[in-house]
Amino acid sequence: MRPARAHPLWLAFVLHRTSGLALALFLPLHFWVLSLALTQPERLDAFLSFTEQPIVKLAEFGLVFLLAVHMFGGLRLMALEWLPWSAPQKTLAAGAVGIAVLISGTFFLQVV
Amino acid sequence: MLDLRLYMLQRITALIMAPLTLGHIAVMIYAVQGGLSAEEILGRTQGSLFWFLFYGSFVVAVSLHASIGLRVILHETMGLAGRTLSAATLGVAAGLLFMGVQALIAVTWPVSAI
Amino acid sequence: MLASIPVRLWEHAAGWEAGLTQDTTVLEVSVWRGTALDGAYELFEVPAHENQTILDVVSWIQQYADASLTYRFACRVGMCGSCAMMVNDQPRWTCRTHVKKVLKDRRVRIGPLRNLPVIKDLAVDMDRFFDKWVAAGGAHVPSAGRGDPIPAVDPEESARVKASAGIECINCSICYAACDTVAGNPDYLGPAALQRAWTLLNDAKHDARAQILDAVSGTGGCHNCHSMGSCTVFCPNDLDPMSAIAGLKRETARGFFRRRGG
Repeated sequence: MRPARAHPLWLAFVLHRTSGLALALFLPLHFWVLSLALTQPERLDAFLSFTEQPIVKLAEFGLVFLLAVHMFGGLRLMALEWLPWSAPQKTLAAGAVGIAVLISGTFFLQVV
Repeated sequence: MLDLRLYMLQRITALIMAPLTLGHIAVMIYAVQGGLSAEEILGRTQGSLFWFLFYGSFVVAVSLHASIGLRVILHETMGLAGRTLSAATLGVAAGLLFMGVQALIAVTWPVSAI
Repeated sequence: MLASIPVRLWEHAAGWEAGLTQDTTVLEVSVWRGTALDGAYELFEVPAHENQTILDVVSWIQQYADASLTYRFACRVGMCGSCAMMVNDQPRWTCRTHVKKVLKDRRVRIGPLRNLPVIKDLAVDMDRFFDKWVAAGGAHVPSAGRGDPIPAVDPEESARVKASAGIECINCSICYAACDTVAGNPDYLGPAALQRAWTLLNDAKHDARAQILDAVSGTGGCHNCHSMGSCTVFCPNDLDPMSAIAGLKRETARGFFRRRGG
C-alpha cells in the first residue's frame, strides 16, 4: 500500500537518495584506482586510457551529473531547513540554481 | 536512528564539501581536456601541500557524510537497527577513510619521500 | 423528536432500496477485510448516488451488505479526525471525500490507514500515533494557574503566527500514513506529533517549551525527516507539517551551536 508520490519534493528526495547511494558505491572504486598511482603506476595508466572509450566518457558525465545533483539537492535541503524563507522564494531559488547548473554544464561540455 | 549529533555532523560535512565539490568538478573538467594521464595528474598533485589539504579534508568529510547517509538507507530500507547499524556505520566510515587516505597519499605525497 | 428517528431511518433505507432497482449504476468497491497479517480485499457492489462520500459507501456496506464490517467514524463533517482510510492507496478523510473525485472506472479501493497496526478491517490501532504525540512533548503544560490573570495574546506576533499555523490539526493521522519515513523508520515521531511540538514551542501559554527541543532531538526525532513533503501534500486541512519540522530543525541546530559556544 503506497500513497501517490508524484509530487516535486518527493521526486527531489528520490533523486537525492539515489544519487547519494550511487556516489557512495562509486567512492571505494575511485579511491582504489587512485591508490594504484603509488603501487602500480602502469595499471593506473592502463585504466586511464580505458577511460578514453566513449561509453566510459558517458559514465564520467553521469558521475559529474550525480555529484552536481547531490550537491545542489543538499544545498536546497539545507536552505529549506535552516533559512526562514517563504515557500515561493525557495522554489524560485532552487529553480534558478537548477537552470544555472544546466546552462553552465552544457557550456562546459561544449568546450570540452 | 538519526539524533541531533549525527544530523549536525551530516550537515556540517555537507557544508564543508560544497566548495570542495565545486573545485573538484572544475579540476575534472580541466583535467579531462586532452585525455587523462597518470603523469599529468600526479605532476599537478604530488608534493603539493594545497592539494593534500584540499583532498585530505574532502576524504575525511566524505567518509563521515557517506557513512551517515548509508546508515539511513540501511535502516529505512534494510531494517538494520541497534548495534548492527552502529557497527555498519562505523565500518563504512573506517573503510572509506582507510581507502581515501591511501589514495590521498598515493596522489599527493612527495615522490622523493616514498 | 425521538420517535421520529426510526421513521427517518426507515425512509432512508427505502430510498436506498429504490435506488438499487431504479439506478443502473453500481460501484465496485474493494474493501480490506481482516487484519494486517491475515486478510484480503473483498468486493462489494454498492448503489451509486449523485451525492455520496466514501464514508457513505462504507456505511452502506456495513448496514446493507455485511454488518460485521468494522470501521471508525464520528462527526461526518471533517472535524473529529476519526474516519481516515486509504482510498485507492492514498490517505484521505473519507467523510469529506466524494466518490466522484476518486472513482476510477466505477471502481474504488478502500483500506485501513497505512503505517499503523490494523485491528480489524478498516479500523487501525491509533495508540502509537498518540503515544508519539506525547513523546514529542505535545501534552499542554499551562504557564499560568486558575487564579492568575489571563495573559494577552497578540495574534499578529511572529511566534503566535507560527503557533496558529498548526492548531487546526484534527489528529486524523493522514500525514502519518502518507509519510515514507515513518514507513521505513518505526521509531520516527512523525509529522503530526512534530508539528504539535512546533506549535507548543511557539505558544506563550505553554510552560514546558525548553523540554520540547530535547524531546524532538532523540533517535526518533525531527532530524530523521527527509523533507519529502507528503505530509503537507496530503493534509486535509491544508496544514504544513514539513515546514513545522524544518522550524524544529532550525531551532535545535541553533541550540546545538549555542551549547558548543558555551
